[in-house]
Amino acid sequence: MSVDKKKAENSAAASFDVEALSALYRTMSLIRHVETALTRLFANGEVPGFIHLSIGQEGVAAGVASALLKQDSLATTHRGHGHVLARGMDVTGFMKEIMGREGGLCKGRGGSMHVADLSLGILGANGIVGAGIPIALGSAMAHKARKTGGVAVAFFGDGAMAEGVLHETLNMASLWKTPLLLVCENNGWSEFSPTSRQFAAKLEKLAEAFSVTYAQVDGNDVQAVAEATRIATDQLRAGKGPYVLECSTTRVRGHFEGDAQKYRDAGELESVHEHDPLTAARKLLQEAGVDTAAIDQAIHAEVEAATEAARADALPRPEDAIRDVYTQTGKQEARA
Amino acid sequence: MNGTTEMRYVNAVTKALADSMAEDASVIVMGEDVAHAGGSFKATRGLLEQFGEERVIDTPISESSITSAAVGAALTGLKPVVEIMFMDFITLSMDALVNQAAKARYMFGGQGSVPMVLRTPHGGGLSAGPQHSQCLEAWLAHVPGLKVVCPSNPQDAYSLLRAAIADPDPVMFIEHKAMYAQKGQVDTAQTVRIGEARIAREGRDVTLVTYGATVGICLKAAEELATEGVEAEVLDLRSIQPWDKAAVLESLSRTHRAVVVHEAVQAFGVGAEIVATIADEGFDELDAPVLRVAAPFMPAPFASSLEKGYVVTADRVKDAVRKTLA
Repeated sequence: MSVDKKKAENSAAASFDVEALSALYRTMSLIRHVETALTRLFANGEVPGFIHLSIGQEGVAAGVASALLKQDSLATTHRGHGHVLARGMDVTGFMKEIMGREGGLCKGRGGSMHVADLSLGILGANGIVGAGIPIALGSAMAHKARKTGGVAVAFFGDGAMAEGVLHETLNMASLWKTPLLLVCENNGWSEFSPTSRQFAAKLEKLAEAFSVTYAQVDGNDVQAVAEATRIATDQLRAGKGPYVLECSTTRVRGHFEGDAQKYRDAGELESVHEHDPLTAARKLLQEAGVDTAAIDQAIHAEVEAATEAARADALPRPEDAIRDVYTQTGKQEARA
Repeated sequence: MNGTTEMRYVNAVTKALADSMAEDASVIVMGEDVAHAGGSFKATRGLLEQFGEERVIDTPISESSITSAAVGAALTGLKPVVEIMFMDFITLSMDALVNQAAKARYMFGGQGSVPMVLRTPHGGGLSAGPQHSQCLEAWLAHVPGLKVVCPSNPQDAYSLLRAAIADPDPVMFIEHKAMYAQKGQVDTAQTVRIGEARIAREGRDVTLVTYGATVGICLKAAEELATEGVEAEVLDLRSIQPWDKAAVLESLSRTHRAVVVHEAVQAFGVGAEIVATIADEGFDELDAPVLRVAAPFMPAPFASSLEKGYVVTADRVKDAVRKTLA
């Protein structure tokens, strides 16, 4: 390591708020530990269905969530574990849901692709690519109409850029100056295909076409994401209209867990760890004297406990399965 | 004071929207041309002036995102009423309806609900052609989580819409474009419960189970049959999902014969569900096979001469009744 580079790193280390970065690191570590646990649980057959992991993308989830306030809402994707955990979803309730248990946040009806917690403004992960985008638009409309001061965030992957609802939503959000933050996690992959083979445009140009503010940030730099989101949400809260934040990031795992990713170059997969957002943050924190191993250890214990609690929880009973298709009110009269 | 006034079906819809909006600030109206233009069938005329642009929202021609936005708005504290100009265009809203609105409450384990209404006109009679005349209610009734209602007169247009807006779940409110001008008495104090049928005409010989615009056709057929000494009971379902199975079986237990009538295509339609249920739970009451009168399995044609042959007529209903009595 050259002296010059060392100097530059020292100055970078001096420029950040250690406490803030520690909090961001803690969130990223939680997401990483949960999803690493899920790789094993899935391989053991303890997780039903499909899971889509966001390992390598934690910087976006932690950075964006750090700028959100209590009244804000968000809609996310089938690769949304990180977003909901960063937003503060209860880890035990989350694990129980992903493992299809009775005590899951959604009583085992939703699972990985539909996990939600309305009390945290989480309007759901979504099994339909792009579908959360217009739902977040409606949520932003509600924030504006109800004057909650909140913003709505739509997380989407670059695969969703080809969905018509993104284009429709950009149009409406712009026309109405809606407090909508569109966060694209661009990992270069649309399911099993490189996005370069799926989408002819650039998100920046698309935002420009609809007069929507656009910013691009390195999604592997959690501090940069946090700062970029703060700038975006300031604009949104000031009523200046929607905002597109494109975060470049890396998908480490397959489209779904169990996908051998034979469609990817070995070289690409070998180098993914060089961009790891946790490694970068850990280095800065360690240089500032923070014991990241202690953070990781505490989180590891928390995730282990949540996993054990999920294992111990009952399976949902078939006789309860039909509940909640409709609201049971007994009050369906025209007038109260 | 008597709250009953004569009004057109379309004005009953407008009045229900206005009264709901006046009572509850969380009710908003959104859709293509609903604000400044007052709606393509003028069902939202005057609402913009009364409630302003924040609550009466002209949207672009983006059915998919309009409907999805209503889901997001409903999950964030509003009660949106979306107008889709013609029912045919719900094809573009199907993800929002089927995967989002219908599923949210269930797949989130009962957390919250989606208190939205989608208003849309179905049906023929205006030579609007194959893409502006369809009755697609069976699609929606097939999806657990959606409620589907279909008023047959101005009173129900008012009372059912009030009920739909007050309902915590997503309700599909299906109007009939050929009925908008129909006049009738509307008592704004009258309430209707979603899922409850109405006996539109009492009779002892056969039950005509129907909803929407074909209620009027069945009533006409019943009056004409009465001159032949046949008394047909006309049961207006009003609500297709949930539907009033008990009322149908009860009527059948008195008449022992039934004909199900709707404007939509017969194959795999609402009538199929009703007839199958009668076969399953009402079999012992039957003195004759249950018949259906509905559209042939083809798109709604354009030319008046063709459309007349497509839609249900009182004569076709009478023929079916005579067949069950033979």
